[in-house]
Amino acid sequence: MTAAKGFFTDTSLCIGCKACEVACKQWNQLPADGLHFTGNSYDNTGHLGASTWRHVAFVEQTLPEALGSIEPQGAGNGSSFGMRWLMESDVCKHCQRAGCLEACPTGAIVRTEFDSVYVQPDVCNGCGYCVVACPFGVIDRRDDDGRAWKCTLCYDRLSDGMTPACAKHCPTESIQFGDVEELRIRAERRLEELQARGVRGAQLYGQDARNQPGTGGLNAFFLLLDRPEVYNLPPDPVVPTAKGRESWTFAGLAAAGMFFTAMAGALLARNRSVR
Amino acid sequence: MAENHPVGFQWVMEARERGATIIHVDPRFTRTSAVADIHVPIRPGTDIAWLGGLIRHVLEEEAYFKEYVLAFTNAPVIVREDFRDTEDLDGLFSGWNAQEGKYHVDSWQYEGAGTIPAAGHKHLPADAGAGADAPDKRPATLQERDETLRHPRCVFQILRRHFSRYTPEMVEQICGVPRALFAKVAETLIRNSRRERTAAFCYAVGWTHHSVGVQYIRTASILQLLLGNMGRPGGGIIALRGHASIQGSTDIPTLFNILPGYLPMPTTKHGGTLAKYIQGNRSPTGWWSEFPKYIVSLLRAWFGDAATKENDYLWGELPRLTGDHSHMTTVADMADGKVPGYFVMGENPAVGSPNAGLQRKGLRNAKWVVVRDLAMIETAEFWKSAPEVQAGEVRPEDIQTEVFFFPAAAHTEKEGTFTNTQRLLQWREKAEEPPGNARSELHFVFHLGRRLIEKARASGKERDLLLRSLVWDYPTQGKLQEPSAEAVLAEINGYTWPDRNPVPGYAELKDDGSTACGCWIYSGCFSGGVNQTARRKPGREQSWVAPEWGWAWPANRRVLYNRASADLEGKPWSERKRLVWWDAAKRRWTGEDVPDIIADRDPAYRAPPGVEGLASIGGNTAFLMQSDGLGWLYAPTGLIDGPLPTHYEPLESVVKNALYGQQCNPTRLEYRRRDNRYHGAYDDPAYPFVLTTFRLTEHHTAGGMSRWLWWLCELQPEMFVEISPELARLRGITHGGWATVSTARGAIEARALVTARLRPLQIQGKTVHTIGVPWHWGTVGRSTGASGNELLALVADPNVSIMESKALTAHILPGRCDRGRHPSTLGPTPSPLEPGDPRRDLPQVGTKRPMPTQEP
Repeated sequence: MTAAKGFFTDTSLCIGCKACEVACKQWNQLPADGLHFTGNSYDNTGHLGASTWRHVAFVEQTLPEALGSIEPQGAGNGSSFGMRWLMESDVCKHCQRAGCLEACPTGAIVRTEFDSVYVQPDVCNGCGYCVVACPFGVIDRRDDDGRAWKCTLCYDRLSDGMTPACAKHCPTESIQFGDVEELRIRAERRLEELQARGVRGAQLYGQDARNQPGTGGLNAFFLLLDRPEVYNLPPDPVVPTAKGRESWTFAGLAAAGMFFTAMAGALLARNRSVR
Repeated sequence: MAENHPVGFQWVMEARERGATIIHVDPRFTRTSAVADIHVPIRPGTDIAWLGGLIRHVLEEEAYFKEYVLAFTNAPVIVREDFRDTEDLDGLFSGWNAQEGKYHVDSWQYEGAGTIPAAGHKHLPADAGAGADAPDKRPATLQERDETLRHPRCVFQILRRHFSRYTPEMVEQICGVPRALFAKVAETLIRNSRRERTAAFCYAVGWTHHSVGVQYIRTASILQLLLGNMGRPGGGIIALRGHASIQGSTDIPTLFNILPGYLPMPTTKHGGTLAKYIQGNRSPTGWWSEFPKYIVSLLRAWFGDAATKENDYLWGELPRLTGDHSHMTTVADMADGKVPGYFVMGENPAVGSPNAGLQRKGLRNAKWVVVRDLAMIETAEFWKSAPEVQAGEVRPEDIQTEVFFFPAAAHTEKEGTFTNTQRLLQWREKAEEPPGNARSELHFVFHLGRRLIEKARASGKERDLLLRSLVWDYPTQGKLQEPSAEAVLAEINGYTWPDRNPVPGYAELKDDGSTACGCWIYSGCFSGGVNQTARRKPGREQSWVAPEWGWAWPANRRVLYNRASADLEGKPWSERKRLVWWDAAKRRWTGEDVPDIIADRDPAYRAPPGVEGLASIGGNTAFLMQSDGLGWLYAPTGLIDGPLPTHYEPLESVVKNALYGQQCNPTRLEYRRRDNRYHGAYDDPAYPFVLTTFRLTEHHTAGGMSRWLWWLCELQPEMFVEISPELARLRGITHGGWATVSTARGAIEARALVTARLRPLQIQGKTVHTIGVPWHWGTVGRSTGASGNELLALVADPNVSIMESKALTAHILPGRCDRGRHPSTLGPTPSPLEPGDPRRDLPQVGTKRPMPTQEP
């Protein structure tokens, strides 16, 4: 296995051009999702799905306390004149502990030599267990063939030593691709830099297991300029299978309890009839 | 810039990360504002007041770069005694001629020097002194000067008086920018300019699409010259073009009034001889004294051996301009049945040009229309799917226009160059053959020309002499007989005649017919017979200027006027900002970039008074294309609407001009027609809101390259308009619901995107609301919708005939559109011209002169 590969998506550099969305769809030959005017700022694709593997979120914020203020809030936090417009390119997180992979009963979802999480379309039978197992709502089934699809971290490009299409096309290096270890160091340094500049609210999301125990850390992690909820990201995602042992123990205890209750009931009934 | 030039914006982001402060001035809070340090919401159409306020601030605070201003600008030059400023004449300059409806520019000139031909100015028919045909040829270097800048008629003092009332309070009144914000921007700009630092201005059509658009750029030029930000690294004024290679299409023009390399197009006034044309356009001083070499080499490139000294190199056979043949005028003529044919290549005027209804009326009244595009765009289908056809006002069977559609090759399917905004030529390879019948423009034009030349040869007629004489021998290759784009580039570069050895650059061109050159400013792009534009040496393998990445005109110079980066002795103003300098030991200019001065011209050299030619260029000359070698704070010639930028309100405004009695640009081009009605000058109760147009990252201009792609359409799937929550409440419009926007030209429906990114401004005690209208949509393609250009009027800047699309007035109502009968389909009944609105012009301006062409 080579070094783990992943993305560091630095939203403080995102200009919302959506080149990542288009590059992803073109390289992976994904269909458009249809023409839906959402009215939700400039976001008309809504969310990640079976045919949208990169998605740019647009968050328009009016900052009441800053209304009328003309003080720049410091380069990189996108705020001005009481108004802030956050943009974030979302993607499959390629979790260290991937809910989809653990839930997949057919072995269609595998961990690759790049430490990415990959769905083998020829094995997937469309059961959909992975869809509910993803705490981020990333993986999704296609309506036409029923199979589950998501970002492959451009497995085909990586195999040829190329950069994933989205990172390649990002004009401002908001999407950075590389060795996860190195990206983590870069992200920590970037966070310090922004904090030193006085950018309030800057924070890393999912860069390691310490930051996000529920997923064991993400191979595609983020630098955000506000709380994760603002970007429609779960603040404390937990892979459902992480609670597997616990769940089975409780289920076992419950079953045993029910068994004993039933047995006790039967014995009582028997004693009563004997009497 | 982040919205429309996301790829170029990476450098802005990089600059920001390295500590640059990004200031974004825009009526709307856009993706650019989102990453900027300071966003300045401004009322559309008021940038001259805004920049003029900054100029006044810089002058009054004495914050200008004094040594630079004295060394390189015309601040000390004394202007004629009979010059009167807009301050004296309530918004007019001296020289207004009410009968002709235009300025006579004599009084704007320097004291003691002749009428100065502007550098490379496009020829303006019938406007002697406005750039060409100058009768007074006294060299500009004879100008009188006052180095103390105290003379009341020196440019510096004129400038100070001109902008004296552009105070922060006035800026607030006109632009809606609070004084504190103005102060913040002024302080930031000044702190980042002058000796040790530089600041750059980037602009796009938000500055140019106004009836006074050219003067917007002039205002920025004045500010940058005062701050010492021209010709220095990190400085300048950067025009972000609206389309790939738009820069190329002015260098080697698709414009009606210039020839390649900004040589003026001949007019009927030039008479029959080359000598008269040269006399009218050659400057005695400065680099334009080389003019004859460029026109003769161009004629040699076109006509080869058929061009001889005896026959004036066939100059006399060139077509002549008889008047204004700009786009809007031509389309208006076409609507009146005066223009039989129309070639539309890579453009979609039925969607992308102002007053789209009138554009289509033009198409309906042409005999034939040729459209070359990637898809069957609205301009090719106007007879079938236009809004007026869908409404049943026009029946396809009544339209007699014959439409020829030619599928075009995409940029990946043809080779050639792009010229980017920074004058950088980049060669691009062909990745694959075009599909089906699609062909490149080069293929189309070459083979069309070849066939026409064959016909001309067969005809033997006198009038076909020019066609018969054309050198048209580009080699073709492949099954499709694609002409060699490199052969064309080699001709553009220029070669000796007749043996065709490539010339190394324009300095080697001759006026005796021994050289041929298709475009003198591009000369050098194929020097040594090598395609210099195809160079792709990575930046990390060369100096920070990266001279081996592509090729920049002129002479591979990356920063124009870079002589200004060094002081009078030739030493860089600062080590931090060093670019070129004088090497006293080698007695040559040297540096990181190609110096923009004659290489061995000693900084101490001063031209003797009255000397002509290249000897007139002193070692202190930083702007050698100018006849006096100076950066013009004040433009004594070259502009139709005045030597200094003046705040005029847009043709349609919501307020009275707070500075002058003259409301609008008095020289604006109006098209007073029944199918192009204008609103009141201001306070028009029917149209109480400001409208400004804009583009989205997700779509490309009139949609020809984006509305046929699902991947782009899904990102912005429907036509919408942006309004503030306050305006939505005022008109009862719901977010995501329908809204109808209307002007006297038309009405459109769109989804309402109610957003705090638009904010009402307080202007002269009233609340001004702005409606933002993207203009990408049309009736065909995968994502369809109403075209913003249905709302716009034909009205133009007088210097360059660009439309006013960024500031007009409109009305907005909730609900879908009942568009009513479109003004452009009301039939041919001649209507009396509306009388000029007196409130737009001072009485002494007179009645607005009708355009030379009018409805019959």
